[in-house]
This record gives sequence, structure tokens and C-alpha cells, in this order.
Amino acid sequence: MNTAATPARAPARPGGAFAALVAVLADIARTPSGAAGLILLSLHLLVAISAPLWVPYDYREVNSLLILSAPGAEHWFGTDHLGRDTLTRTLLGGREALLVTGVATPVAVMWGGFTGIFFGLTGGRLDDLFMRFVDALLSLPWILKMLVLIVTFGTGLEVFIPTLAFFYGIPIIRVARAATHDVVARDFVQAARARGHGRMTIIGRELLPNVRDALLVEGAMRWSWMLLAFSSLSFLGFGVSPPTPDWGLMIANARGYMSFAPWGVLAPMIALSSLIIGINLTADALAKTLGVDRAQKAPV
Amino acid sequence: MLRMIVRRLLLGAVSIGMVSLIIFGGVELLPGDACTAYLEREAQGKLLENCRAQLGLDRPAWERYWGWMSNAARGDFGTTITGRERIGKLVGDRLLNTLLLTGCAMLAGIPLALLLGVVCALWRDRAVDLLFSSLAIFAMTIPEFISATLLILVFSVWLGWIPGIILTPADAPLIEFFPEILLPIAALAMVMTAHILRTVRSSVIETLASDYAQMAILKGVPYWRMVFRHILPNALLPTINVVALTIAWLLGGVVVIETVFNFPGLGRMMIDSISDRDLPVTQTLALIIALVYVGVNLLADVLTMLANPRLRTHKTRSA
Repeated sequence: MNTAATPARAPARPGGAFAALVAVLADIARTPSGAAGLILLSLHLLVAISAPLWVPYDYREVNSLLILSAPGAEHWFGTDHLGRDTLTRTLLGGREALLVTGVATPVAVMWGGFTGIFFGLTGGRLDDLFMRFVDALLSLPWILKMLVLIVTFGTGLEVFIPTLAFFYGIPIIRVARAATHDVVARDFVQAARARGHGRMTIIGRELLPNVRDALLVEGAMRWSWMLLAFSSLSFLGFGVSPPTPDWGLMIANARGYMSFAPWGVLAPMIALSSLIIGINLTADALAKTLGVDRAQKAPV
Repeated sequence: MLRMIVRRLLLGAVSIGMVSLIIFGGVELLPGDACTAYLEREAQGKLLENCRAQLGLDRPAWERYWGWMSNAARGDFGTTITGRERIGKLVGDRLLNTLLLTGCAMLAGIPLALLLGVVCALWRDRAVDLLFSSLAIFAMTIPEFISATLLILVFSVWLGWIPGIILTPADAPLIEFFPEILLPIAALAMVMTAHILRTVRSSVIETLASDYAQMAILKGVPYWRMVFRHILPNALLPTINVVALTIAWLLGGVVVIETVFNFPGLGRMMIDSISDRDLPVTQTLALIIALVYVGVNLLADVLTMLANPRLRTHKTRSA
């Protein structure tokens, strides 16, 4: 990182955190792709929150006369193999995923971020050993790690949230640690040490403000990968349990009737893809706005 | 430099040791063991004791770990939970199938990604670039099970060219997987190509903006000569690591794709073994996948060291 080009501390924005958030959002909305991302994302959030109030049908309503009926005036996206309205289920199908990942992402960023900053600051033997442990965990595919825990402890919010938060916090440790290494040798950290500040004070007052932007961008990316993981698990049959509507599960169920009822897979596919694309576009624009390199990584 | 490589190799060995410990320790820490999983509700009293004695689960953990590791090093992974089949044989066939799948995806994807990435960078912000860059972002972001299902929908259901489900048994000769294997290959290659393309593109653009590239332009070096002599060697070096990361990703992504296409490979075996709570098989698969991951990353680092003239120390050059 170029020391001359970056301010030693994040400049204090006037008006507190809310004004800063508005400023960042306005910056994101300035680029076409960022604006598209924000629109997609807000639409999805809006639908997820309000859909139960205005969906046309009951998502559990089974109707044997309407099994796999084609899209029409009554059912805009047709019905599924139990005669349930596809549109209703698609509108409701993201709630579970958004709830789980919406809680798990901040938790992952917080624990991964703090751990990474801590080890980046202290260094030494413990740091070396811990990083080997982190590398080893990262060398196992996500699906294996998640499935072992899910099969043991069962499915449900109380398993998904901690599991996702734990495993997706691990790569964040690396990011936070690397970002800390960029800052820790700089004069103001040395000065704080010389003043005799404790470790926690240095982390809170000197390191966290400088690592925050990198963590935000990383968190946004991890959010989309968590969604991907959650819906993949659902698709494989390890996710939410029926009759709760979920896009991954809906696609898995509708796949069997794809040859004569393709609307059943298309509706949830469009919903899930647009949400993930929306998050990614927003994350990209956020990275540009905050001036953070969005390094190429494979989703782990 | 030799010392650096040796150091890297040692680190790799340490990582593998850690992974094996995590796999073993993780299964140890989880409630229940192979016997409670196998016997289910009958897991109590004499039956449980006999089963544990038979599988050697009554020995201390470190002894079992040591036995597992030393047998695994000799290629003996024990038997499945039912004790009927050798894991080595079961895994062998499926490993071969998965290698065929991923190998073909790499053969198709990596050259394509390099070519398209360079093209996108050289014609930056033109129609070609916009087309392939947006396609890449699309392929990267949508979940694999969606792109795989879309491929089946288009090529099997609507066009009717290739069957969307693979019914070939696991131990069939590899050639019998064609042509059905083409769709899973395409599904895997799509995501891989997208990741590598994006890296190559940004790497080439960065190199084009560097001082020595500008210098070459000012000196009047012919454009294509500059591209091939100055830009590409420098720009493609960092992509080795991304290719390695992507290969590592393939191992996870393959799980979903194999399930979608019903392909008899390691990924589907992993899902099955986890659903059946066949812990010995799960452990073996986890170890194999981690070995491949660590090995590929190791290879990438060593290749980068060998290819990077800045890392060639004085000694090596004079030798």
C-alpha cells in the first residue's frame, strides 16, 4: 500500500455514521452498475420483508386439480407439483435465506475481523500456528465442512447461522490480518504503543478505523457466497424443511418436471440469480467507492 | 531459491498434517461415532461394545489416528461402515471419474480463459470486452446448480442434443461417459473460465499501464512485439495462483454439479457418505480433497518462484 496516497486515519466524516452511510450509498448509486445493484438489493429486501402481507395465495395451499398447471391469469407463474402457486412461493422463497445470511454475515465479519486484527497486531509463534490452522481449514471444501456439522446437529436456523458465521469468518481472518499488517508498522500505531496504550485500545482506536473498509467489502462478498452456500445446501436437500418455501429447494423439486413445466424452475432461478447479482454489483461498487482492491478469490 | 522451495514443501507437509488432525479431531469431537451411526437405535449395551471392539474404536484416540494415518499413507483406507467394501477400491473408480471431469473442464477452460482474458484487456471497453466481461460476471455469480440446471434445460430438454442425466455406472471405462459428460464439463468450465478470465484481464490491464510498458510504447516497439515480449510474460505470472485457487474450487463445486447430473464421482460419493454417516469414507474423501488442494497450491507457488526472475537469487544465477 502506498503510504503517501492513503490518509493515516480514515478522515472523520461530519454528521456521524448515518451521514457516512448515506454518502457511501450515494457514491455507489453514481455508477450504473452500482445503482442497478442497489435497486435489485432493495427490491429483494422490500419483498422479503413485506411479501407475507400481500402474496396472492397461501404458500401451503395444496390443490390436486391444479398440479403443474401452466402460467395463466390466476397463477402468473403456474403451479408446482402439489398445485401450489409458484409466484407466491417464489416471493416468499428468499426470506429464510436472507434472514440466515443477514445475521450470519455481520457475525462472521465481527469475529473474523477481530481475530485477524488481533493476530496481525501480536504476531509471533501463536500467530504462525493459528494461521496454519486457518490454512488447513480453508483447504477443505465448504460443502464438506458445512454438511458434516449439519448432518450431526440437524437443520434449522440455530444450526445454520452459527455454522455459516463460523466458516465464513475464517477467510475474513486472513483479510483482516493482511490489512492490519499494512497499518501496524505505521507511525501512528508506533506512537500509540509508545504512549503506553493497551492492545485493545490500539485495536479499537488505531487499527479498526483503518481496516474497516476492507472488512466491509469482504463482508459484502462473503454475504453473496453465504447465500450461494445456503441455497446450494437447500438444493441438495440439507437446507430448510418443507413446506417452507425456499428457492434452492423449489428448484430441486421442480427439476423433475422441467421438460413439461419449465416455469417451476425458472421463477426461483431468476429470483435467486437477481439477488446474488445485485449483491455482487453492490459489493463491486462499494469496493470502488472505498478504494479497496477486490482481489480475485475462489469462493471457499 | 532451492531453500525457499524446500521451505514451501515443508509448510505444505505441515498443512497436510494439520488437515488430517482437523478431519480426525472433528469427527472425534462430534457426538456419536461410526458405531452409533451404524446401529442407530440399537446402539447400546453389548451390541455397541462389540461393534466398537470390532472397529477398534475402544482404543485411545491417538492410537487410532496413528493407525489411520500410517495405513492411509500406504494407500489402505480401511473398509466402509458396513465392512463390506474396501474404501480404496470404491474411491479409486470415483476419483478417476472426477479427475476425468475436472481434467476436461480444465483443458477446455484454462486456454479459453487466457485467450479471452487477453483479448478483453487489449480491446478494453470495446464490444468484445463488454460482452465477455459481463458474461463472466454472470457465470461467476449465479450458483452452480442454477447454471447446470439451465444447461440441462437448454441442451437436453429444449434442443434434445445430450441426455441431462448420467446413468453410466461408476466402474465403467472412462470412454463410456461421453457424450453425456459434456454438459457437466461445460457447467464446471463456465465458472472456472469466468474466474480466470477476470484475473487475466485485470492483470494485463495493470501491466499495460506500467512504466516499462509505457516506455516500450514510447520507444516505438511494435505493438504485437510489445504484447508478446513485455506484457504477457509479466501479466500471466500472477494468474498461476488464481488457476490453482480455481482448481481447488473445482473440488467443491464438483459436489453440486455431480449431484445435478447424477455423475458417479467423488463429490456425489461425499454427499452420500455424509447422509449415510459413513464416517470412514467421509474422512478418506476429506483427506484426498485436502491433499489435492494443498498439492495444487504448492505446485502453483513453486511454479511462480521458478518463473519469477526476481526470486532467482544471485547464487542460482551464477550456478
